[in-house]
Amino acid sequence: MTSNLANEPARVAAMYRKMLLIRAFEEAAGESFFAGNVRGSVHQYIGEESIAVGICENLRDDDYLTSNHRGHGHSIAKGAHPRAMMFELFGRVGGTSNGKGGSMHIADFSVGMLGANGVIADGCTISVGAAQAFRLLGKDSIVVNFIGDGGINRGPFMEALNWAKVYELPVLFVCENNQIAATTTTRLVTAGEGIAKRAESFGLPAHTIDGNDLFEVDGTAARVIGEIRNGSGPQLIQAMTYRLRGHFAHDQAGYRDPAEVEAALGREPIARTEAWLRENGMSADEIAAMRAEVDSEIAGYVAEALAAPWPDEGTAFTDVQDVGAPVRGEAVQ
Amino acid sequence: MTQMTYAEAARMGLREEMLRDPAVWALGEDLGYEGGMAGQYKGLQDEFGPDRIVDTPISENTIMGAAVGAAIAGTRPIAEMRFSDFAMCAVSELVNQAAKARYMFGGQARVPLVARMPIGIRGGIAAQHSQSPEAWYTHVPGLVVVTPATPADNRGLLKAAIRCDDPVVYMEHKGLWGVAGEVDEDDQEPVPLGVARIARAGSDVTVVSWAAQVAVALEAAESLAGEGISAEVIDLRTLWPWDREAVLASAGRTGRLLVVHEAVRVGGFGGEIAAEVAEELRIPVARLGGARIPIPFSVPLEEAYKIKADRVAARVREMLA
Repeated sequence: MTSNLANEPARVAAMYRKMLLIRAFEEAAGESFFAGNVRGSVHQYIGEESIAVGICENLRDDDYLTSNHRGHGHSIAKGAHPRAMMFELFGRVGGTSNGKGGSMHIADFSVGMLGANGVIADGCTISVGAAQAFRLLGKDSIVVNFIGDGGINRGPFMEALNWAKVYELPVLFVCENNQIAATTTTRLVTAGEGIAKRAESFGLPAHTIDGNDLFEVDGTAARVIGEIRNGSGPQLIQAMTYRLRGHFAHDQAGYRDPAEVEAALGREPIARTEAWLRENGMSADEIAAMRAEVDSEIAGYVAEALAAPWPDEGTAFTDVQDVGAPVRGEAVQ
Repeated sequence: MTQMTYAEAARMGLREEMLRDPAVWALGEDLGYEGGMAGQYKGLQDEFGPDRIVDTPISENTIMGAAVGAAIAGTRPIAEMRFSDFAMCAVSELVNQAAKARYMFGGQARVPLVARMPIGIRGGIAAQHSQSPEAWYTHVPGLVVVTPATPADNRGLLKAAIRCDDPVVYMEHKGLWGVAGEVDEDDQEPVPLGVARIARAGSDVTVVSWAAQVAVALEAAESLAGEGISAEVIDLRTLWPWDREAVLASAGRTGRLLVVHEAVRVGGFGGEIAAEVAEELRIPVARLGGARIPIPFSVPLEEAYKIKADRVAARVREMLA
């Protein structure tokens, strides 16, 4: 599929820059993890950047997005600020959740990013409910749910597909098929003909695309999101891709054939988009300058995050609930 | 004052809230034609339409999960789970999502949903339709847990639950659906969450209970009165937050505390109340609760599980001996 994007080199450059920003954020997150400055789990989105950017460039701030454990790219693409995100990874004041959530719970409700999610496929059901609320409230917003290929074997995914179609809700399911569920090859644990057929069996139009092709993602997203906003009911995009790193930063992914990884590197989205830009008028110097600018921006956030204050201990006891809220004295006993 | 059943009163409360706030809606299985298991939604789909009283597929994960999404998106959904036993299919949506969203997103989200999941023995519906898992949810930060015992409270507490900005686990007792009581139709005010009700005043012992067990405690108190023993019965109404002040004040006065619940005694919420009162007042405390067995089917077996008034009275006598 050819998208109109090919006629808009400036837009391609802007999307490329956002992809670079995600890549640089993820590299920095991984480095900060190994440096001992970021705790817990860091699930990097390296190699899949074109999907989040291609989809989210076609959304409005009042459209909602639900994500999964690998949510940094989705968040940046939807408009969450990478500075606040980096602060969150470092557990500092100024983070998206002021240090209460960390990597797996990054959210920015002001741009419709309803949160990364630590439970696979739980975002599917939240999405259909948010879409139902849009209908009740008379809004023309839509909801995009990002799910991985591993998630399609959970019940909530199949329930949500059925539900979305029964009520003809404005939901776009985007399955990022990187072909591996944590460390298990997905096809070895998945019966049937896969994600697209599953969606079609529930009556959802399903579109399988090369997720590493920014032009194909953008073109499909523009068309499908337009249709959903105009009342088509739910649809699904299966974006084929490849996770260039392990499941999380400390997974060396030794279970994979090096030749497979090598081949995947040749299809990774940033190099492909960069090649297109070079062929369409952007110089090597301009690209190098853009890369340097993005790297420096992210490095600045890392430095700021390291210097940022830790949250006050007392904030551990806030934002739990209004009725029956924890009593601090009792809570710290 | 009007006589109405526990189910009718709940229906009245829901209808009042739906009239008051267009963002209030309900989703669950069999709410339209059936009107809910006990008629607690009867006629509401005709009145408010199928988009506000939504008949859903048998998809518990999504009934609860959709309620989470819809609550975050600015509405006030009531997720009808039919049985607390079925709601166990949706624990992740309730515990990992609804209860956590506000906190883990640093205060950006509010999840004003009501997870309506009836508890208790109704008679003959056995192990998978009779459980009382209210203590599970008191253990989860972020949740409010409500257990109404009377028709008036099932109207007033439901209204409060719907207006609450926190996720509320609303546990009606199935054995009470048809029980009638007085309801003041003119009083539209919600019953505040976290405030217990003194169901019967007394001076020798404090008996704390909730849901259907309150009536059992009252029956015991009546028989004890004939023996010259004065038992104060407290209907807790809300388990989280529970009315610590009211219980401590009463137990401080009477000098003895007995907590009675239908739920399994081991790990039951009675343990929390008894421990708190013992730590605070250093007075004798005791608990009565179900044996740690599944709820059986056959009449004599089911009867053997129940905590009846004679057992409550006997335990009080032991405490006073």
